[in-house]
Amino acid sequence: MRIIIRRLAFYIATAILAVTVVFFIPRLMPGNPVEAVLAQLHGTVTPATIRSLELQYGLNNPEGLWGQYLTYWSHLLHGNLGVSTSYYPSTVTSVIRSALPWTLGLVGVATIISFVLGTLLGILVAWRRGTWLDNLLPATTFFQAAPYFFVAFLALDLFSTRLGWFPSGRAYGQLDFPGWNAAYIGDVLDHAILPAATIVLCSAAGWIVGMRNVMVTTMDEDYVLVAMAKGLAKRRVVWYAARNAILPSVSGFSLAIGFVVSGALLTEIVFSYPGLGWILLQAVGARDYPLLQGIFLIITFAVLLANLAADSVYVFLDPRTRQEA
Amino acid sequence: MSIGTGTDLGGTGLGGVGVGGAGTGGSDPASEPIGGPLQPPVLAPGRARRMQLPRSPKIVAGLVILIVFLIMAIVGPIVAPYDPSASLSTTNGTPQPPSAAHWLGTTQTQQDVFSQLLVGARSTILVALLSGVAATILSVLIGVSAGYLRGRWADDFLSMLANFFLVMPALPLLIVIFGFLPPSQNTDDVLIGLIIAITGWAWGARVLRAQTLSLRSRDYVESARIIGERGWRVIGFEILPNLAPVVASSFLFTVLYGVGTYTALAFLGLINPLHWSWGSMLFEAQGSSAEISGYWWWYIPPGLAVAFLGTSLALLNFGIDEFINPRLRAAGVTRRRAKKAGDKGLPRRFELGVTPVVRTTAPGSTPAAAGAAMADRTQEQPS
Repeated sequence: MRIIIRRLAFYIATAILAVTVVFFIPRLMPGNPVEAVLAQLHGTVTPATIRSLELQYGLNNPEGLWGQYLTYWSHLLHGNLGVSTSYYPSTVTSVIRSALPWTLGLVGVATIISFVLGTLLGILVAWRRGTWLDNLLPATTFFQAAPYFFVAFLALDLFSTRLGWFPSGRAYGQLDFPGWNAAYIGDVLDHAILPAATIVLCSAAGWIVGMRNVMVTTMDEDYVLVAMAKGLAKRRVVWYAARNAILPSVSGFSLAIGFVVSGALLTEIVFSYPGLGWILLQAVGARDYPLLQGIFLIITFAVLLANLAADSVYVFLDPRTRQEA
Repeated sequence: MSIGTGTDLGGTGLGGVGVGGAGTGGSDPASEPIGGPLQPPVLAPGRARRMQLPRSPKIVAGLVILIVFLIMAIVGPIVAPYDPSASLSTTNGTPQPPSAAHWLGTTQTQQDVFSQLLVGARSTILVALLSGVAATILSVLIGVSAGYLRGRWADDFLSMLANFFLVMPALPLLIVIFGFLPPSQNTDDVLIGLIIAITGWAWGARVLRAQTLSLRSRDYVESARIIGERGWRVIGFEILPNLAPVVASSFLFTVLYGVGTYTALAFLGLINPLHWSWGSMLFEAQGSSAEISGYWWWYIPPGLAVAFLGTSLALLNFGIDEFINPRLRAAGVTRRRAKKAGDKGLPRRFELGVTPVVRTTAPGSTPAAAGAAMADRTQEQPS
């Protein structure tokens, strides 16, 4: 338990650092963000909005840097991330709230599938090393190195445009929300298969190689030899080895999850999927700074939460961490 | 308090996951008994070993592809047949498929895709290499000092800094930074490379710290210290040379990261699209829905180029991993290859509990020697 609390403290510190970084970037960068924003709005803003934007980016602000920083925190804790300039007059919070469920559903499910599938395949490849399964490794190298969105391009062109098996983007067919009936859910799933498959294909490669490499080393341990000598079933021996080999995979989760989420956001763009990636593209195109910052914070918080979950799983898997307390 | 330096995040077991960073950190050569008469190669990077390095087919393939791309980056903009930004015809509004005049076809505005690919190679590879060099310098400085100063507050601080950067999602952070960068400055390849490096050094620093920790307690380092050598000399002459494979691997990893990140940033339109790179080609293609309209010649060349460049770096990385950890090498030896080596004593399949280790053979010896070396290790196996 102590270890979880220590990790929690670390993640909270990281979150505070992330907020601080996001607060200071616009103030340290050359150029005037407010003018850039106003250029996008084409005179549709009231003087009050201009004033609030100026305050947000520290121009003509009487509060001083520290005061602005505290105000930023106070707004943040009240869920106020400012007004989106590209979706004006919607607030950043409401824009993110409408996109977040799609991303959580797509990326969350795809990440879990790819972790489980990749780990299992990694075990299999390590166990059956020296057979044809080794040929899987060069292919995984390619998918590891290819940008997610390029694979998404290929998937869309092949399976949607040419073969017509899947819809060519968006998350559902109808324009308005018909309610949670079977047809709607089926439609949503139909639209999610191709982007999810892309994410799984690209991210599973990393888990396969990682698991395989640790597994190859673990299978040499003396306890595995003893288990074999005792005459345990091979399946069982592999299970014992795999339980130990999976630990680095789980602890390396923090490094991988950032890559997977970033890649998944770009995949969403290719599929016009109405999640965070898609509004991120809009925000970049319109230089919508409040929205950009909001998306960064939300993604960071989500990644930190996923890390905390992975740490909890780690404590569950590795009895040594529990004995310490 | 040192967060994330010991058991809590499995400090040494990190390298197994992620893009291309396979197993470097996952196997700590110091703490792990490697069977047979083989010494951990990290200890003895003598001249003979360095000569053997390019023998692995992975390293050869990786090097060949990489050199092709490097040549492309150097001569690409010179030999490009057209100006990549010039519209070659104002009357035609649909991309033209590959032809004799345009080897890779044209874009929506009748720009030559082949020229864009050649011109874009330089910026893409330059940014990736720059970010790799800068991030590696940062990670060596921070990782090795943290490892050498084990347990002091400086180590705690540097490790914590590295952990912050590891956990914080890099791409969204870069998007915010580049979003605020004035458009006049976001075409400077050096600046782009340096900014990417800020988010890319942490992984290498962490692996190097773990490796330095294990090296600094070795006898030869201890004795160098007892003799009275200064700190910088111990680091520079005793520790750093033995970190070479790990530094190389970390360099390749960050170059790989640089390629992917720069391409992603350009794909999002954060870099001026007229500053040609493979990412900005993909940005243009996505903007014109090339993937839905079936204009494959527009998006496949830059995408494949990024993928193959990444693959070559990952292959080199695997080669270095196998150099560091002989077991990974042995795992790739197939029955057929062993048979070709003329060894009949090899089991039908490698059993659990024993992995034959390919013994590094003297230059000029036959593959059979490698097979024989394997066999003497497999004899221990219960039959």
